[in-house]
Amino acid sequence: MSERLTRDRLAEIIAADIPSGSFVNLGIGQPTLVSNYFSSDQKVTLHTENGMLGMGPVAVGDEIDEDLINAGKIPITELPGASYFHHGDSFGIMRGGHLDICVLGAFQVSATGDLANWHTGDPGAIPAVGGAMDLATGAKEIFVMMNLFTKTGESKLVPACTYPLTGIGCVTRVYTDVAIFEILSAGVRVRETYGMEFTELQSRVDVPLLPPEN
Amino acid sequence: MPTLTTSAADAVAQIPDGATILIGGFGKAGQPVELIEALLDHGASDLTVVNNNAGNGEHGLAALIGAGRVRKIVCSFPRQSDSQLFDERFRAGLIELELVPQGNLAERIRAAGAGIGGFFTPTGYGTLLAEGKETRMIDGRGYVLESPIRAEYALIAAHTADPLGNLTYRKTARNFGPIMATAATHTIVQVSNVVPVGQIDPEVVVTPGIFVDVIVDLHQTGLGNGVPTDAYTSGKVSA
Repeated sequence: MSERLTRDRLAEIIAADIPSGSFVNLGIGQPTLVSNYFSSDQKVTLHTENGMLGMGPVAVGDEIDEDLINAGKIPITELPGASYFHHGDSFGIMRGGHLDICVLGAFQVSATGDLANWHTGDPGAIPAVGGAMDLATGAKEIFVMMNLFTKTGESKLVPACTYPLTGIGCVTRVYTDVAIFEILSAGVRVRETYGMEFTELQSRVDVPLLPPEN
Repeated sequence: MPTLTTSAADAVAQIPDGATILIGGFGKAGQPVELIEALLDHGASDLTVVNNNAGNGEHGLAALIGAGRVRKIVCSFPRQSDSQLFDERFRAGLIELELVPQGNLAERIRAAGAGIGGFFTPTGYGTLLAEGKETRMIDGRGYVLESPIRAEYALIAAHTADPLGNLTYRKTARNFGPIMATAATHTIVQVSNVVPVGQIDPEVVVTPGIFVDVIVDLHQTGLGNGVPTDAYTSGKVSA
């Protein structure tokens, strides 16, 4: 049996699943790792919400320019063929359905693809939504990248989200350290497991799972 | 025809207490720091500020919030690792927060500038941020009615201006500038560079001068302040 996936290995798998020529937005945090694993002949164009297509790698040394940052406000670079545009157009790109795939982190994903990733609902928490709702609603497909279990062992794939929602029925795939799930109209299918047999996975996830197709 | 000045203080001197101000920038990129600091010195208070964030670090918008000048902030992403000045005031109940998904924030500003009375957007449908708002099913999909965000003032940063107010921006510092310029009664822009009329290729103008009221020339190129208007068009004064 294979081992649980590291974040980098998971990022590599997600990158390989993104079709050539796609326009992609990577959420801040873990999903950013995916950009390290695109092959040059994949011709993926990265969109960043703060007004750019053709985002390049993180800037280092002399490349750092305070006018050129990504959604996480980290200095980045531009690739040949990049373009800049204002926020109205940038979110029109999302809302208008022009992005093929967005990879986002999550607190919870429901069996029907509802996403919760912006607010824990704790009374002391200061909520911050950023572009998450626009991406969840606008991209043609939403891939979630997350650890399957919380630090206390609860599954983050749930029958219904208990945290406040980001979007309804928007998630198409869930990539985790333990398994990859596809959210289908027929239910949640496990594509592959890592470091855990299907039966054990099912015993720890309170969502009926369809076994991997061989 | 906009006013051209080298004084950020003069540019913000008319802003009264209680004003609603659109402030450009995404984090620090495109944030009109000199205008905000002039506003801080000017002393206007009880402000409603619209910005993507609620200040980063200790300067600019963060300092304005930290000084207690902002009564309400309308933004998408207030809390960050360096938003401590906002966090303190929010937790103490000293600042009101209207949280808006980033694309709805942008479109509400754009709508104001374009004379749109409201629009139906799918973003936020079925979430806490749409509670109490009118909704409609359109072609089987849920939408939320959102209203324009207009303001008396916009403070933005651009890269280059000509004395007619035509603006270009630089890289991701463009962000909210072009839409905010359209949505305020008085748009005040700080620029790194002013060039004579005719020196910006009309094909690359991002914000046409019709949207700009005051240009603050940070580079002090000498095109403003006492230079006769006809000098702007003569091409004799170079940047």
